[in-house]
Amino acid sequence: MRGRPELFTRYEADAAMLPNNTQRFWLVAGLVIALVAPLWLPRDWMILLSRAYVAAIGVIGLNLVTGYAGQVSLGHAFFIGVGAYAGAAFGGAPRDDVWGLGLDMLIWVPAAGLVAAAIGALVAPIALRLKGLYLALVTLGLVFLGEHIFREWDVLTGGAATGREPAQLLLLGYRFDLDGSVGSLMVRRELQIYWVMLVLLVIMALLAKNLVRSRVGRAFAAVRDRDIAAEVMGIDLTRTKILAFAISSFYAGVAGALLFTVTGFVNATSFNLLLSFTYIAMVVIGGAASIAGSIMGAVFLTMLPRVIDALGDVLPFFETASTGLLSTATLERILFGLLIVGFLIFEPLGLYGIWIRVRNYWKAWPFSY
Amino acid sequence: MTQFLQATVTGLSLASIYILLALGFVIIYKSMQVLSFAHPALTIAGAYLVSVLATEAGLSFWLAVPLGLVAAGVLGWLSERVFVRPMVGKPVFAIAILTIGLDIALRTPVTTLIGLQFRTMGDPWGFATWKWGDVVVQQRSGAMVITAAVVVMALFAFFRYSRVGLAMRATAFDQETALAQGINVGRIFSIAWILAGALAALAGMFASTALAGLNQSTWVIALRALPAIVIGGLDSIGGAVLGGLVIGLVEAYTATYQPQYASFLGSNFSLVMPYVVMLLVLLVRPYGLFGTEEVERV
Repeated sequence: MRGRPELFTRYEADAAMLPNNTQRFWLVAGLVIALVAPLWLPRDWMILLSRAYVAAIGVIGLNLVTGYAGQVSLGHAFFIGVGAYAGAAFGGAPRDDVWGLGLDMLIWVPAAGLVAAAIGALVAPIALRLKGLYLALVTLGLVFLGEHIFREWDVLTGGAATGREPAQLLLLGYRFDLDGSVGSLMVRRELQIYWVMLVLLVIMALLAKNLVRSRVGRAFAAVRDRDIAAEVMGIDLTRTKILAFAISSFYAGVAGALLFTVTGFVNATSFNLLLSFTYIAMVVIGGAASIAGSIMGAVFLTMLPRVIDALGDVLPFFETASTGLLSTATLERILFGLLIVGFLIFEPLGLYGIWIRVRNYWKAWPFSY
Repeated sequence: MTQFLQATVTGLSLASIYILLALGFVIIYKSMQVLSFAHPALTIAGAYLVSVLATEAGLSFWLAVPLGLVAAGVLGWLSERVFVRPMVGKPVFAIAILTIGLDIALRTPVTTLIGLQFRTMGDPWGFATWKWGDVVVQQRSGAMVITAAVVVMALFAFFRYSRVGLAMRATAFDQETALAQGINVGRIFSIAWILAGALAALAGMFASTALAGLNQSTWVIALRALPAIVIGGLDSIGGAVLGGLVIGLVEAYTATYQPQYASFLGSNFSLVMPYVVMLLVLLVRPYGLFGTEEVERV
């Protein structure tokens, strides 16, 4: 409806991914900014942002199962690990002592996701029997079991001490992880990686956004809000929960495989409880049951250490020592913990909730409602 | 046979640590339906204080331990009063995740203080052992088992006979009704966290008397006690004791026999065995062995 962007006369228009022009405009603007921003950014920021985008893919996955379907999973690190090693096995350079097929990205990215999804679907039946905190504790146990398996399964992970090489960013014969060129202009590998990760994040985010407005997404929300009521309404609980875990694990798997290539090195012990907690924190800080919030949370928490570092340079009273109680690493961890606590107490909807409040304030400005 | 007895002795001493930790989890859960992930922080904070007081400050070990327990209790009380109390009535997961944040915020400074070297507890047992036939029993194991047994009995008596214990049971049964009977439910929450903090510190202290001492990864022991409460059921004190026993013994037996009979499972499999047991128990009984099944109204 021209001139009345908030008036929907059809259900499809109401359930559209981007219901009004403002949202369409800001999505395009945001994408353009994200695409050209790295041209002026230092290289370490590019790498950090690439990591943030990859983390965002994983956070979207966790948000689907925890935020939308209401099944709290502390086992996300395990699925990320599965994806990382599956991706490396499909896409890594072949070597004598570890598996590596050296396949194309078109194959190893989805393959990593599918392997993780299959394992997620295997774990899901446990979730059908368990409720609430018991489920959270089982998924926590999964992380410890996974860590053990990664440590011991040498042909896949290269063992705990040595590790292995990640999958190659090889797309239709083009290597994104080597410096490239357009005519006489050199394109750095960091920039290429950044763009690849951004494109993948956009694809995955749009898919998720589309999923949550579909029948499946509404079934997730119904199960979260009251599973018995959902069942009475004809939602197949078994199917919905397995689907939630499988899709979430797919996202985790893709994120894991990409994370491995971006960081270049992971250890069998990288996929530990702290990683799970970090992802939970990203969901909480970004905003549960929100795709945009997932991305905000991931970018915010990934950039936080770098920002603290930068603050130390700018503010004279904020001096950071390299060791001891006031070291950057320690402060960052403490802040990380306090942020989780603070957001849960003061803003349970996370950064997304803050954004909604700011938006509503300006929508109604100068009136308060 | 000697091997079996030896494993049993080790298992019992491990079990006493797990029981102390599990009791803390269950006391908090029963009183306010909160699963506290802040336990690791309380565990090492108490143990660290004992270590500093007994070795660097030169206090007697027998004075350092009560001080450490009190300090951990106060830390638990502060955590509850400042961070968890505002969340009462919110979804259980929100509170569980909040305690994760709390744990990270509290644990990080303590691990930094512990530093890279191993800290000793200044305990009187050291490496002294008793011999019993071919079985070697470390004196610290004996101390642990006796302490755990005394603590468990004292707690049972406390819940059964004291006024506060009765109030705690009433609160666990039904908070609103307890409130209507004139019980200060808020104070019950505080007492639960103080008890849990002190128990965690005691467990942390015992866990750090071994060869490894108190180090940057000692806190994991608090999370390894989680299978114990899941097996016993989140809201059963007796279940926590049984779960702790099962986990401790299973871990010790696995450590003894798995390298011989199932070496393909890899080294240190005993550390993840409790989680395997937990998974198996939950597949059969989704609320643990003694946990109350949640009745849902539609």
